[in-house]
Amino acid sequence: MTGEEDRIKNVKELMSGNEAIARGAYEYGVTFASAYPGTPSTEITEVFSRYNGGYAEWSPNEKVALEVGIGAALAGAKAMVVMKHVGVNVAADPLFTVSYTGTNGGLVIITADDPSLHSSQNEQDNRNYARFAKIPMLEPADSQEAKNYIKSAFEISERFDTPVFLRATTRVSHSKSVVALEDPIQREDTTSIRHNRDKYVMVPAKARIRRVEVEKRMEKLGEFVDTFSENRIEINDPDVGIITAGMCYNYTKDVFPQYSYLKLGMVYPIPVNLIREFASRVKKIYVVEELDPFLEEQIKAMGIEVTGKKIFPYTGEFDPGIVETAITGSSQNTFNFPVSIPPRPPNLCPGCPHRGLFYVLGKLGVFVTGDIGCYTLAFMKPLEGLDSCICMGASIGMAHGMSRALKDKGKGKIVGVIGDSTFIHSGITSLLNTVYNQSNAVIVIADNSTTAMTGMQDHPATGITLQGKKTKELDFVSLASALGIENVRVTDPFDLKETELVMKEELGRDGPSLVISKGLCALLQSKQHEKITPLRINPDKCTGCKLCLRLGCPAISWERLEDIDVTIQKKTKKQKGIAVIDSSLCNGCSLCDQLCNFEAIEEAQGNE
Amino acid sequence: MNNTTRSILLAGVGGQGIIRASDILSLVMIEAGYDVKKSEVHGMAQRGGCVTSHVRYGKKVYSPMAKKGDVDILVSFEKLETLRYLDYLKPEGKIIINDEEIYPPSVNLGEVEYPDNINELIASHFSNPKVIRASEMALKAGNHKTSNSAILGALSLYLDIQTNFWESVLRNAFSEKILEANLRAFNFGRNA
Repeated sequence: MTGEEDRIKNVKELMSGNEAIARGAYEYGVTFASAYPGTPSTEITEVFSRYNGGYAEWSPNEKVALEVGIGAALAGAKAMVVMKHVGVNVAADPLFTVSYTGTNGGLVIITADDPSLHSSQNEQDNRNYARFAKIPMLEPADSQEAKNYIKSAFEISERFDTPVFLRATTRVSHSKSVVALEDPIQREDTTSIRHNRDKYVMVPAKARIRRVEVEKRMEKLGEFVDTFSENRIEINDPDVGIITAGMCYNYTKDVFPQYSYLKLGMVYPIPVNLIREFASRVKKIYVVEELDPFLEEQIKAMGIEVTGKKIFPYTGEFDPGIVETAITGSSQNTFNFPVSIPPRPPNLCPGCPHRGLFYVLGKLGVFVTGDIGCYTLAFMKPLEGLDSCICMGASIGMAHGMSRALKDKGKGKIVGVIGDSTFIHSGITSLLNTVYNQSNAVIVIADNSTTAMTGMQDHPATGITLQGKKTKELDFVSLASALGIENVRVTDPFDLKETELVMKEELGRDGPSLVISKGLCALLQSKQHEKITPLRINPDKCTGCKLCLRLGCPAISWERLEDIDVTIQKKTKKQKGIAVIDSSLCNGCSLCDQLCNFEAIEEAQGNE
Repeated sequence: MNNTTRSILLAGVGGQGIIRASDILSLVMIEAGYDVKKSEVHGMAQRGGCVTSHVRYGKKVYSPMAKKGDVDILVSFEKLETLRYLDYLKPEGKIIINDEEIYPPSVNLGEVEYPDNINELIASHFSNPKVIRASEMALKAGNHKTSNSAILGALSLYLDIQTNFWESVLRNAFSEKILEANLRAFNFGRNA
């Protein structure tokens, strides 16, 4: 061992679960990763791509990412495919059949679930996919385990010729804890072309044979899981036993260190003999798990009496207090302050290109089928410019369906809005459908030239890869024209008049229209433009009409006349206050200036 | 070192440098020989929403999140956010408040009022909340983005951690260009 290696063995680092998964994949010699960004999974692929020697890509969506990963695994690579929980829905089609074919190389699918819907449209429990698709699943409890388990996942994949799930939850992905670093193993090139049509061509005759192999594999995994060292029994007080996995183990250990534990590292299949052994050594058993009674139902089916969802919530993520309250039955110490606290929801940034578009849509009073991205926030007051959000890509299909169902009643009143990255993810086929089945809905691509919500990831239309290399750039106008859309318009959302005019024209037309509302994400503007000129409101001109406040810009606020230090001449009898721009927040987008009827908005001078 | 896990909760608004501050705090605790876990939520919260970060340290830490009523120190980067997370604090817990108001959308729209006298209200329920003016310290330090270092400086007085641990972590945390301003802000906070 060289001195260098010796040193790294002793290095400990504070890492998020996501960083640790990336590190573990690197240490284990994983050379291939594909993903679509999605909170809380995004950083895994970003961090992995920065390690030397591997290939990593943003695929256009999770289904493509998984298919890319399957291809790499069949070629003999160790491939990691990364997505958030709802991404697995998108990838479900290849998922269920790669379970039949097996993987040749290593194939690990990371599903980052989001109990409590911190950044998601649902809180589905993806452990169900493991059972549904007959794919083993590991679930780490902290960053050190995340790093260890990604290696175990690949070992299991390679040994049993199966895809393997690694399930993280938001709290594992985004909490940080101490991780011991190790050297990466020597990478070998394991790739080659190996024809095996019996195994990989899933026509009915072949798939029936593989179907039997899947059950044989599950049987072998069932034996293996009883010996898997990450399923472990900790016997303390034998009166109470806890069966748990993932972050719930930490919550429970935190409040009940004295109890006995069966801590599962692999949550599917479950270790039947180990569970029976544990049950024989403790009296009362609680199953502590967030979301569905996934372990509980399987353990009860074994004829073992346990307490689970009878006392624990079905919904939301847990914390130590929730676990303690459920088991002791006592209520949490909550301090209620005698003041109502205004909520602080997330908001579109100052200078966001979506603000102008949704201001116009809200004003037009149309029904806007929305999609997944920052712009979903436009449903809130005061913009109220978006009426639905179901899943990635839903806006276009829904706008078409609604327009078809409403017939004349919906004419000129239905708009589907989708972001650029979301459009590429799953809007292209539904846009084609609006042409094929002749829709009267107007579709808008809110193109801010990035995947903003998840933190500025590139995509095919930015022309830059995950590795920062230039590539062929997708052109939405040519794409739309190739799909057969005759009315394609490009507008500037920072120009309210033009946006309103174009929307009105397109809503007045028969047949499908596409409007590309093109304005750079505010967070990219500050990176790319050297100089931004913030605005201010001239208090001597502001009449307090509040029109600019209707933009919901975080930089603009309302001040009552009595709260202002200097005396301000009232412009009208009714004037109660003035609008104020915080020049340190203002991006100078000028929307408020375009709305103001009193020329009260001007460029902020030097020291503002 | 006894087995008690101690919890610090940092709360404020997206963009105030809370995550960075909690990273620094965690690294200091590791330098001082503790096991550390910390937790926050990314994503939607970045867009001007509430941001909290739990930092827990001790001999062996299990949960990265504290339960309600169990936080030792609440460090609030914004006055209103102090109120929102008071229920996490132990009855005898300590509070550090940055004397800054950032209006949420409903206040900006003039629909609801930003609560008056927050500092006084808190002082009537908890003993000796420490109020600091981090923005002023940051400006005095020469960089308005160093408020979070000033707040960490104020927090450092409540923790039994040698100053050299703070200094070595801070020196690694910032680029040369902004390091001196951050160290100055930290010291203003510590001497406040």
